[in-house]
Amino acid sequence: MKELSLNILDVVENSISAGASLIKIIITADSANDRLSISIEDDGSGISEDILWQIEDPFYTTRTTREVGLGIPLFKMAAINAGGNFRIESQIGKGTSVRAEFALTHIDRMPLGNITDTLHSLIVTNPDMDFYFRYQIDGEGFALDTRDFRKILQGIPLNSAQVSLYIKEYLTENKSEVDKKFKFNV
Amino acid sequence: MKSLAELQAIRDKMQANLGLRHDEEDKTRIVVGMATCGIAAGARPVLSAFVDLIAQNNLTDVTVTQTGCIGICQYEPIVEVTIPGEEKVTYINMDADKAREVFEQHVERGVPIAKYALNTVMDK
Repeated sequence: MKELSLNILDVVENSISAGASLIKIIITADSANDRLSISIEDDGSGISEDILWQIEDPFYTTRTTREVGLGIPLFKMAAINAGGNFRIESQIGKGTSVRAEFALTHIDRMPLGNITDTLHSLIVTNPDMDFYFRYQIDGEGFALDTRDFRKILQGIPLNSAQVSLYIKEYLTENKSEVDKKFKFNV
Repeated sequence: MKSLAELQAIRDKMQANLGLRHDEEDKTRIVVGMATCGIAAGARPVLSAFVDLIAQNNLTDVTVTQTGCIGICQYEPIVEVTIPGEEKVTYINMDADKAREVFEQHVERGVPIAKYALNTVMDK
């Protein structure tokens, strides 16, 4: 994967397959501690313990439990190669959380890339699911919560044209306002 | 900061135009493969292109959804277009530019682009 936003998209696809109704994606950069953390949390069906320990192994794959494949090993590798760490936790019936940490300035850290396109396409192609997204650099940030949007929209779907355009602009404008306060790129 | 008041304005405008809804079965369906194989091969710009084109053209009778791995990873990114009452067309090795072409020719004008489509014999 060329950018971390693609890893995020891939992991979220697992959450969707697991029947999640709410997915939280939180990206936090902390330059003082040289840390970038990405966490993805869902309330899907969860993964049983006997599968969970094998999931980080790239050679473990099964077509019957489709949440398993190369996606998690690739994300883990991206973190480990960039002086970070990786953790996946899950509980049957409760959900799964994936957390990857990176050394922010590590030469081998993949750029975050186009997180706006990742989020926008996820929301619009899954209009009945809720997404919470938070993007934060050194304490400055913004959030998007489709539950708030839904309250305002009163039944108008999140994938209708004007709403889709609004969501894209919301992500683009708010992210660039945060980014322009900093000299480095996440 | 983009405000939620703007979203309220969109809602008010849209509530005035209700009745333009289409039944699901009357809609043209675009499906993009978004498993690890698809994403690694470049499916996100393809998906984004369709999502943006539908929004920009204010289309209410076209939906775009995602699917998992369909087992022909070497042909990813893969896109399926189904116009109601017509045969499904599977496009392979897509990118954002080809997606725009498929949108203009097939989705909007109803003319499939044979050169990007998977051989129908293999489709069976």
